[in-house]
Amino acid sequence: MSDLMKVSSNPHIRSRVTTSNIMLAVVIALLPAAGFGIYNFGLDALILMLVTIASTVLTEYLYEKAMHKPITIGDFSAVVTGLLLALNLPSTAPWWVAVIGGVFAILVVKMLFGGLGQNFMNPALGARCFLLISYTSIMCNFETDTYTGATPLAVLKSGESVNILDMVIGRTAGTIGETSMIAIVIGACFLILLGIIDLRIPGSYIISFIIFIILFGGHGLDPAFISAHLAGGGLMLGAFFMATDYVTRPITKKGQYLYGIFLGILTGIFRIFGPSAEGVSYAIIIGNLLVPLIEKITLPKAFGEGGEKS
Amino acid sequence: MKQGSAVERLKNGIITENPTFVLTLGMCPTLAVTTSAINGLGMGLTTMAVLALSNMFISMLRKIIPDKVRIPAFIVVIASFVTVVELLLKAFIPFLYDALGLYIPLIVVNCIILGRAEAYASKNGVISSLFDGIGMGLGFTVALTIIGAVRELIGAGELFGYGVMPESYVPCSIFVLAPGAFFVLAALTAIQNKVKRAGEKKGKDMSKIQSGCGSDCMNCKDSGCSSRFFESKADDLEIEEITDEEENKAVEGKEEGSND
Repeated sequence: MSDLMKVSSNPHIRSRVTTSNIMLAVVIALLPAAGFGIYNFGLDALILMLVTIASTVLTEYLYEKAMHKPITIGDFSAVVTGLLLALNLPSTAPWWVAVIGGVFAILVVKMLFGGLGQNFMNPALGARCFLLISYTSIMCNFETDTYTGATPLAVLKSGESVNILDMVIGRTAGTIGETSMIAIVIGACFLILLGIIDLRIPGSYIISFIIFIILFGGHGLDPAFISAHLAGGGLMLGAFFMATDYVTRPITKKGQYLYGIFLGILTGIFRIFGPSAEGVSYAIIIGNLLVPLIEKITLPKAFGEGGEKS
Repeated sequence: MKQGSAVERLKNGIITENPTFVLTLGMCPTLAVTTSAINGLGMGLTTMAVLALSNMFISMLRKIIPDKVRIPAFIVVIASFVTVVELLLKAFIPFLYDALGLYIPLIVVNCIILGRAEAYASKNGVISSLFDGIGMGLGFTVALTIIGAVRELIGAGELFGYGVMPESYVPCSIFVLAPGAFFVLAALTAIQNKVKRAGEKKGKDMSKIQSGCGSDCMNCKDSGCSSRFFESKADDLEIEEITDEEENKAVEGKEEGSND
C-alpha cells in the first residue's frame, strides 16, 4: 500500500531501454559479421578484434581516471567502437595499428569532444580514416593465405567480373567484417526487430546509391554490376551500423532521409569517379559533419509557428 | 622587469604572448610549412627578419604616417622588406626558397607582422619596437620549429633530415599531411595551457599572461590591437543601430498600412 502512495515528481514511467542495453544489442548484432570474419580470416581476425576492443575500453577508462571523471566504460559504447573499428581493419593489420586506431577513436574523436553523445563523427570511422591516411599500404593489404589480394570492388573497378554469390556469402578479400552481406543483414534485422534502428537512413542510403549507380555507373541497369556494388565493400556495414549511429545521425525524420540520400550520392561519387574503389567511410564521416546543417534546415515547425498572416 | 625594455620584449614575444600558441596568429604558415623542422626554422627566421625590420621602420615613421592611411603605409613597408628577404633567400639559400615557395611572398599578409605594427610599433619607441619584433619573431620561430620537429619525427621518423627513430618504426604519414598540422598545433597549445594553469595553481602571478584575445574581453580595449577600432567603431555601431530601428519602424508602419 505504501508503495502505491509514494509521491514523486515525473517521470513516473521509466523505459527499460538504457544506453548499455542498446550498445549490448549492437554488439550482439555485430557478432554474425564478426564470427564470419573469424571463420573467413582465421585466428588473426579474432586477435585483432580483442586487441582493438581492449585498446578502446582501456583508453576510455584511463582518460576518465586521469581527468577525474565518472567511469563510463560500463555503457559498452567503447566496446561497440572497438568492434566496429576491428571489423573495418584488414586481417593482416599488425596489432599496433589496431591499438593506435583504438586510442585515436576514443581519445581524439570521442573523449576530447566530451565523451559519448558529444562526438561529432563516428569514432570508429574517424579512426579508420586516420589509419587509412597514415598507413595506406598496411590498411590496403588484403592479401591473406586464402585470398590473393584485390577486393571485389577493386576487381570491379579494373573492369573485370566478380563472383556475386561469393560476395553475398562473404568468401572474398576485404576487411574483417565487411565481406559477408548475409551476416551483416542478419545482424541488422535483429536491430530492426528490436526497434533500435529503423530503415530510414539505411533505406534511403542504399536506394539513392542504387539510383546513382544506374545513372552514372556506366553499366545502366545491369543487375550483376549493381548487386556487386551493393554486396561489395563496406556499404552494408556502413549503412546499417555506422550511418545509424545515434550520436552522429540527424534526429529529425526528414533529416534522416536527406542524410541517407546524401550518403548514397557521396558513396557513388567516391566509388565511380574517385581514384580508390571504396568510399563508404569517407562518405559517412563527411555526412556526419553535415548533420548539424541538415538538422537546422529540417527542424519541424513548432505548433502555431509561421501560420497564416492576419 | 621594466615595460618596453629589450629583455622584457624578448620574453614577451617568446613566452608571454607567443604569437602561435598564445595569440594564435599567423596560422596559415604555421599549418602549411611545418612539414619538417628545417622548414619551420626557415620560415620562422625569415618572418623574424621581416618583423624586426618592419617594426623598426614603422616605429621610426610612426609620427609621419597619417592615421587614416596607416594600413596601406604599413603594408608598403612590410612588402618592401619581404621582397628584399625573398631575393636574398633566392640568391643564397635556394633549397629553403624552394621548400617555402609561395609562403615567402605571403609573409606580407602574415597577421603577426601587421598586428605588431598596428599594436606595438606604431605607438612605441624604435628600440623597443625592434626588440618586440625580434622577440615575436623568435617566439614564432620556436613554435614553428617545435611543430615541424614533432610532425617530422612522427610522420617521417626523422629530425632535421636525420633518421632518429629505430628502423622498425613505421612513419605515421598523416602527420606530414595537413591534418597532422592541426593535431600537433592543438596538442602543443593544450600542453602550453596546462603548464600555464599549473603555474597559476602554484600561486605565481599569471594575471599578466592573457590567453590570446579570447578570455578577457573587458581588457581587450587596452590590449593594443583593437584600441583604435573600438572608439571609431563604437560610434559607427550606434548610428547603424538607430538607422536600423528607424527602418524597421518604417517598414512595420508600411505593412500595417497596407494590411488595413
